[in-house]
Amino acid sequence: MMHIIDRRLNPKGKSLSNRQRFLDRAKKQIKRAVNDAIKDRKISNTDGGERIKIPADGLTEPRFMGDMRKGHRDRVMPGNRDFMPGDKIKRPPPQGQGQGGREASEDGEGEDSFQFTLTRDEFLDIFFEDMALPDFIKKSIKEEVVHEFQRAGYKRQGSPSNLNLKLTMRNSLARRLCLRRPREAEIAQLEDKITLLRKKDKLPIKDQKKLVALLEELEVKQKRRRIVPYIDPLDVRYTSFTEVEKPNTHAVMFCLMDVSGSMGEVHKELAKRFFMLLHLFLTRQYSKVDVVFIRHTHLASEVDEETFFHSRETGGTIVSTALEVMQKVITDRYPPDDWNIYAAQASDGDNLNSDNVRCQHILTQELLPQCQYFAYVEVWDRHEAEMFPSDGNVTRLWQTYDQITKSHENFAVRKVTGPEDIFPVLHDLFDKNKASEAV
Amino acid sequence: MSASKKKAKITPLFDSADWDYAAVDKVFQAIQTIAIDEMGLDVYPTQVEVITSEQMLDAYSSVGMPLMYSHWSFGKSFVRDEASYRKGVSGLAYEIVINSNPCICYIMEENSMTMQTLVLAHAAFGHNHFFKNNHLFKQWTDANAILDYLQFAKNYIAKCEEKYGQKEVEKILDSAHALQGQGIDKFTRRQKLDSAALREKELARAEYERSQYSELWRTLPESNSKDSHEIDLIEKELAQKLGLPESNLLYFLEKHSPILESWQREILRIVRSIAQYFYPQRQTKLMNEGCACFVHYHIMNRLYDTGQITEGAMLEFIDFHTRVVAQPDFDSPHFSGINPYALGFSMMKDIERICEQPTDEDREWFPDIAGNNQAIATLKDAWENFRDESFILQYLSPHLMRELRLFNLKDDTSKPHYVVDAIHNEQGYKAVRSALAAQYSVANLDLDIQVTNVDLHGNRSMILTHNMTNDVTLEEKQADTTLAHIQRLWGYDVTLNSVDPNTNKIKKSYSD
Repeated sequence: MMHIIDRRLNPKGKSLSNRQRFLDRAKKQIKRAVNDAIKDRKISNTDGGERIKIPADGLTEPRFMGDMRKGHRDRVMPGNRDFMPGDKIKRPPPQGQGQGGREASEDGEGEDSFQFTLTRDEFLDIFFEDMALPDFIKKSIKEEVVHEFQRAGYKRQGSPSNLNLKLTMRNSLARRLCLRRPREAEIAQLEDKITLLRKKDKLPIKDQKKLVALLEELEVKQKRRRIVPYIDPLDVRYTSFTEVEKPNTHAVMFCLMDVSGSMGEVHKELAKRFFMLLHLFLTRQYSKVDVVFIRHTHLASEVDEETFFHSRETGGTIVSTALEVMQKVITDRYPPDDWNIYAAQASDGDNLNSDNVRCQHILTQELLPQCQYFAYVEVWDRHEAEMFPSDGNVTRLWQTYDQITKSHENFAVRKVTGPEDIFPVLHDLFDKNKASEAV
Repeated sequence: MSASKKKAKITPLFDSADWDYAAVDKVFQAIQTIAIDEMGLDVYPTQVEVITSEQMLDAYSSVGMPLMYSHWSFGKSFVRDEASYRKGVSGLAYEIVINSNPCICYIMEENSMTMQTLVLAHAAFGHNHFFKNNHLFKQWTDANAILDYLQFAKNYIAKCEEKYGQKEVEKILDSAHALQGQGIDKFTRRQKLDSAALREKELARAEYERSQYSELWRTLPESNSKDSHEIDLIEKELAQKLGLPESNLLYFLEKHSPILESWQREILRIVRSIAQYFYPQRQTKLMNEGCACFVHYHIMNRLYDTGQITEGAMLEFIDFHTRVVAQPDFDSPHFSGINPYALGFSMMKDIERICEQPTDEDREWFPDIAGNNQAIATLKDAWENFRDESFILQYLSPHLMRELRLFNLKDDTSKPHYVVDAIHNEQGYKAVRSALAAQYSVANLDLDIQVTNVDLHGNRSMILTHNMTNDVTLEEKQADTTLAHIQRLWGYDVTLNSVDPNTNKIKKSYSD
């Protein structure tokens, strides 16, 4: 009368496709929620899922239903205390938790918004959805082809290291079952019976016959076991790999930051946020991204992530030192033929006046021809920006760099005054539409 | 004395909280002995499936069915259920049971052994018996074919998505879902859910039928050449051919929409068939849960009496059971209407009491059953032949009304006050009882909306009529968007009128 089936091992995520459909449907709302979410939080925290809240408009499932505010109806309720027939009870005000409102939301219709958790991948997919690397960069990537091995089913020949045990054993089991290969236990059982009979001193005729029969059976089974091997070459399968061509997807990103005295905590915080977002974006584009952190005052040095983001330093400002270090690292470790090189520089725009020309020279002559993309982001404190609102009021470094943009399309400068600017700036730099225009 | 002797002899079926397959099997056998041999329940064979909480969430989002086609609305309920489950706002069900043959019961892996015992008694025997025997289920659903049909539906819709694109299919499903409540044949018997092969034939036939209908759509001669009487006749004839008025909007659109293609019609049919399958469940919620609760309560007590479960397990059961059948008072913050588990269970326990220990009042109110000492047989008869509305009308006793202290509140939205209309006293019993029954009536569960007119020789506009119950008009925003969906399926203008059935006057009109 009863079967019991363990379904716990069934494939999980039966609702995944429905979930995906829902996310597609709610894309507009989710996108807005995601963009809002990124404003108030650190990017580095995206390892877990992201809880977002979206308005329910456009996601309602309409149906005909009676208007709870109209007509008359009976309500039978339990727990009468002292009501008598004819008693009048004042109607609660229609606003707030009226009967109607609550019943509506019980059915899932009256709700205004609801909350759920996106996985990290879903979150980032939506976040970076309409961003892409500019096309002129992709072209140069495609030229670089590397070979990579990819799984490609199973085959009958192969090297022992690729033996697929699971499939082999499955084939073997099927064959053994079909060909009725006697199991070890069966033979052991027979042998037990035989030894039992042999132990007896005097065997009656009946048992003698039985012994003979058993011996014959044992022989047949043992023969069968020899003929039908445990593993036959027929069973063996190897995991197969094929070599596929893949575009070179190695990238290195240089983060250059001014940490001199003029960079306040606000500036640094903005710069960090920018770098983190950029890093996140690149890791989604490339299978492997190296990041090189270079910080500078009047001296520049390559540092690790921790030092880059957290340690303090004071001194003057000479930007070209950082560029020189970058150039040195490129020549030492990242030959441009093999690597896609990206660089992002953040500064408040201060520089030793005499150094600007040198910066321009290094950039145009050495760095830019080797880089896929070089972005300069100038961070301004909000009240600085309010104090000098006019466009004409720009830093010297900005002036210098602005000239370079005119001759180099892989160079861009942007200004950031608050955390809410960062994503738009990044978005602007890597806008898909702009990328297609560049072709 | 004899009971305690027995207890000493029999060892309990289990004594740890953890379950294993052997224990579940043993418990099932013990329950079966009580349910079949003692109570005489009649059930489909059971298929128990153990699932994880994650799979339970999956099952939730596809209306509890093991297979379902894909649609974003299921994803929506999935993310919502998941969020509220993860936050701890709501727990998960301990089981889901499906009206199919064999009857599928999902049980959760994290249930304790006591809970598994309870769940088996509740679902595998209580609900199962109800599904197999209640006349509504017998008449309207086909337990043998539902799983095959769902498989067919899932494949069919997946194929449509491949062929016509996910967006197109989604549009049709959105519109069809909006009309789910209006996709039910209330007055004719169910059609059998047929196998895929039969469906092919059916499709071909439907296609043929449709091509014959095209005659209806030809432009009629100029109206001035005929007198109005003649036109009336033609219209009547047309209405007859179309089967107007028709309350099953999905059926009407499937058969007569001028713009749908055959695959779109088939999708409407699928949504309609599934809505139809759930129709009896809506009409028997109270009885179905009441029956399952009564059965599990009876079985658990018998198991305890015969010493097959320990006192600890019994305590765990009672704690759970009490929470399930709790009915908060109307002024309690936990009140959210009448709990179908509570009312169903107490009505059935009350019937048992009337059968076994009737008072004079019971003899007067229930002369047929009072003191017949055949509680189980009486209940089985009720489970078979009633639905919620008629069950309350027939069996709600004054005793229980007093116990629950039921009263009826008249809510006329045009007046500033609610009025207490009747309470649990001699004058009020009948009024309270019929008011409560009316709350479970079809008229209250479903809106009466029908296709009443289609202007075939004009602009092909369709007129729907909503016959109001209790002067309740439709919620406007919802009605407007739903109408837009009907328009998508019909292709031409659609108007909906709320009509007072007494005066035949239009109270309110909606159009997209």
